[in-house]
Amino acid sequence: MSPLLPFEWVLATRFLREGLLQTLFIISGVALGVSVIVFMSALLTGLQGSIFKTLLDYQAQIVISPPDEAPRTLRRAEGTEFAAQVQPRAQRPRSIDQWQKVRDVTLSIPGVLVVAPVVDGAAFILRGDANTGVSMRGIEPENYLRLIALKEKMISGKAELDSTDIVIGSKLATDLGVSTGDKLTLQAASGVSTVLFVSGIFDFGNQGQNTGSVYVALRTAQSLLGLPGSVTSLQLKVAAPFDAETLALQIEAQPGIKVESWIKTNAEFFKALSGQTMSFFVIRLFVGLTAALGIASVLVVSVVQKSKEIGILRATGTTRGQILGVFLLQGAILGLLGSVFGSIMGWLFLIAWRGFAVNDEGVPFFILEAGPGLYLTVAAGATLVGTLSALFPAQRAARLDPAVAIRG
Amino acid sequence: MADEKLKLAPDTPTSGPTLQLEGIRKSYGTGTAHETEVLHGIDLTLARGEFAALIGPSGSGKSTLLNLIGLLDKPSAGKLFLTGQEAENLPDKALTRLRGDAVGFVFQFHNLLPAFTAVENVMLPLLAKRGKPDAEMRQRAEGLIDKVGLTPWGHHLANDLSGGQQQRVAIARALVMQPALVLADEPTGNLDTKSADTIFDLMREVSQTSGTTFLIVTHDPRLAQRCDRIIELVDGQIDSDKAKVARA
Repeated sequence: MSPLLPFEWVLATRFLREGLLQTLFIISGVALGVSVIVFMSALLTGLQGSIFKTLLDYQAQIVISPPDEAPRTLRRAEGTEFAAQVQPRAQRPRSIDQWQKVRDVTLSIPGVLVVAPVVDGAAFILRGDANTGVSMRGIEPENYLRLIALKEKMISGKAELDSTDIVIGSKLATDLGVSTGDKLTLQAASGVSTVLFVSGIFDFGNQGQNTGSVYVALRTAQSLLGLPGSVTSLQLKVAAPFDAETLALQIEAQPGIKVESWIKTNAEFFKALSGQTMSFFVIRLFVGLTAALGIASVLVVSVVQKSKEIGILRATGTTRGQILGVFLLQGAILGLLGSVFGSIMGWLFLIAWRGFAVNDEGVPFFILEAGPGLYLTVAAGATLVGTLSALFPAQRAARLDPAVAIRG
Repeated sequence: MADEKLKLAPDTPTSGPTLQLEGIRKSYGTGTAHETEVLHGIDLTLARGEFAALIGPSGSGKSTLLNLIGLLDKPSAGKLFLTGQEAENLPDKALTRLRGDAVGFVFQFHNLLPAFTAVENVMLPLLAKRGKPDAEMRQRAEGLIDKVGLTPWGHHLANDLSGGQQQRVAIARALVMQPALVLADEPTGNLDTKSADTIFDLMREVSQTSGTTFLIVTHDPRLAQRCDRIIELVDGQIDSDKAKVARA
């Protein structure tokens, strides 16, 4: 009997040790549950983290563009009525008004890291008999490449763009039969065309982009589209991607622009993600409930088994509160020990996962995140769950009539 | 005659009797069709240092009376004073404390906590009161284990002791709080004659040296005859109450 342990601890630990087999079984059960929770939590954060990374690697977090053009209708005079069908007008590539000023103001807003002007438009690639429509983006590599992970996706050549260069996707290169250094013709819808050299080929791991996207220098795109000195949008990278929406509203205070954050443009994706989070939560909830019921049932049995001892303790001056404490403590200890072993198991699962969940090149599909915070949260949660599930058995123990308990 | 002398006024709590019962009644199943009264108005006083036997046939209400005296149960009617303090209306916590401080129990079976050693079993009531173990507590428990002649077995688990040894540990535990009253329910009921005599002599000796009052429920007329006073309960009433002249 350690001189450091108070009465309730002495009894709780002794009772747990006395029913060692029961104790070990329930700790294993709790540990299994906890390991599942640890593993799933790491899986969830890892999965969502990797999805976000992929998503954020290939798109700007905020896009500033000119406002949509609205059809002008006849001014309505007071008291007159029209029967008119108003068709929305077709949108054409247009420049942001005074985009340099907008860029400078936007860059001065705290939290904005990169503002990259781009010119987007449709074009055809002509090479021999082949004629393919592509979506062309004119960029300034020095700022655009800080925004999009194009550099890491290059499979040949370089992501460098002089006014005579073009960077194309791997599928397009195969279709056209070109490789780095080859020539091809890029023609705008207006008929203006120019001959460019393939300076690099990228692979985004996405067929659509590998076939349909090409990058040229900003200047080249401007002249092809007949928009000299103009940009069709400003692409932004921000310090806190998840606060992009608030930042977008702040930027929108400037006149004559339309601002959209990636959170708004990927609304469906976020919905799917929160659905995923919710289903993970439900699974964890049920695992936690199962562990709680296990602890409760073991303690209920223990109260019945120990009713005579509880009676003796009550007869020799142990209060109801102390008995309550003894059983609550047992629940807490079971929860805590279960979570410690469960965390170790979960950690081993994660190591095992890292070993086999890799692609052909040995790179993991995604990193499973399990920081000390997760383990601490799980330990605290399991201890709390253990204590709560001990509540009912502990109350039963405390309410035992000592006279009946001893006689029985 | 002796009884008359022992009946002291209830308004002198400190110097009063260890136990005083006035018109104690106990019914079970109150408010139902099966209401039965087990004790029909018990008046009983036990003075300090008395060594009394409670006898009577099975079903006479001995255990019920013992539970009431030990504050494990509440009477349906009547007054109960333990060391001068009236037990009625005490909240559960105060009742537990009064029980822990004033009453020591020795039961026939299931006396000890099997997961604890002999010395630890003796320490438990003190530990429950003080909250944390301390050296003095252990010394006191070891002293009592020594007193009941179990020093070599002090650190054995209760389950590893013989029946007689367990009862001796139970007596040591009953004494650890230095209670005014020890209640023993058939303390020798499952022991052989020799062990029973040892236990009985031990209680007798404690009573004489410490002035602790003993109330012993027994079926054994031989043991009852060796007590100073024999209270016989029949059908929930005190049938006879005979005191012998105390031996020196």
